[in-house]
Amino acid sequence: MEAQSSAVNYLPIIFQMLVAIGFVVGTMFVTHLIGPKRKTKDKLTPFESGIEVVGNARQPFSIKYFLVAILFVLFDVEVIFMYPWAVNFREFGWQGLIEMFIFMGTLLLGFIYIIKKRALDWD
Amino acid sequence: MNISVFYLIAFLSVFFSLMVIFAKNPVHSVIYLIITFFTFTIHYILLNAQFLAIVNFIVYMGAIMVLFLFVLMLLNLNKETEPVKSLLVKLAGVIAGMCLLVVLAGSLKAISTSAKGNPSTQEVVQNLDLGTVKYLGKVLFADFLLPFEVSSILLLSAMVGAVLLAKREKTEIS
Repeated sequence: MEAQSSAVNYLPIIFQMLVAIGFVVGTMFVTHLIGPKRKTKDKLTPFESGIEVVGNARQPFSIKYFLVAILFVLFDVEVIFMYPWAVNFREFGWQGLIEMFIFMGTLLLGFIYIIKKRALDWD
Repeated sequence: MNISVFYLIAFLSVFFSLMVIFAKNPVHSVIYLIITFFTFTIHYILLNAQFLAIVNFIVYMGAIMVLFLFVLMLLNLNKETEPVKSLLVKLAGVIAGMCLLVVLAGSLKAISTSAKGNPSTQEVVQNLDLGTVKYLGKVLFADFLLPFEVSSILLLSAMVGAVLLAKREKTEIS
């Protein structure tokens, strides 16, 4: 099976996206249009699990979230490199497997470092 | 048909990039930036660079934009008014932007003049499978194996650096 290589082959994906986005936007628009609106002060307050609103949401937050996010990006890039390898997996044979294992071994060292440093613990 | 799609997407790219700059709310700016990246993905698909399209979609639209939002939340956004930049800074920005424009236009012109009669560029244009994931894998694991393995060390150093910078040592707390 030869890989298809033309921009036209992406047309179904575009159509699917258009239908998905169109459904969401259309549903929201229609519900706003046909639903009754009785706005009171209580209805317009932000609501979260019955807890009263305190303070401002725009506060600087902990760096721990950012650490998790940036580690996610790094492993995301690692997975991206696996796509071209996986497509050609059979042709590369053992040599490709060893090359990939060297790449992943280096990143596994990083993962062990993260675990040992307890970087993902939320103390 | 292809060229009209390109003009439509190019118009959308320019439009949403301008919206990134002109939006007052920084979170709106980030959302417009996501849409801009999505139009870039469509550009890559139109150019038949499928691997770049996937990378742009997954890494840039997905992961990098989350980082952008997190950076926004790390900043203090309570101040309603941004401090007005001085005239000197504005002038420097205009000059730098013009320099970038000149460099881009000059390099594009150099490419278009050197493309005529250059066999390597014609080969690039003729090879339609150049941007596919399969072709890229073959090149990456044969000709560019060393840069590929070195990039793992780069990712490793980025991991160690992020952990070192962001992780507080345990002894400090107790």
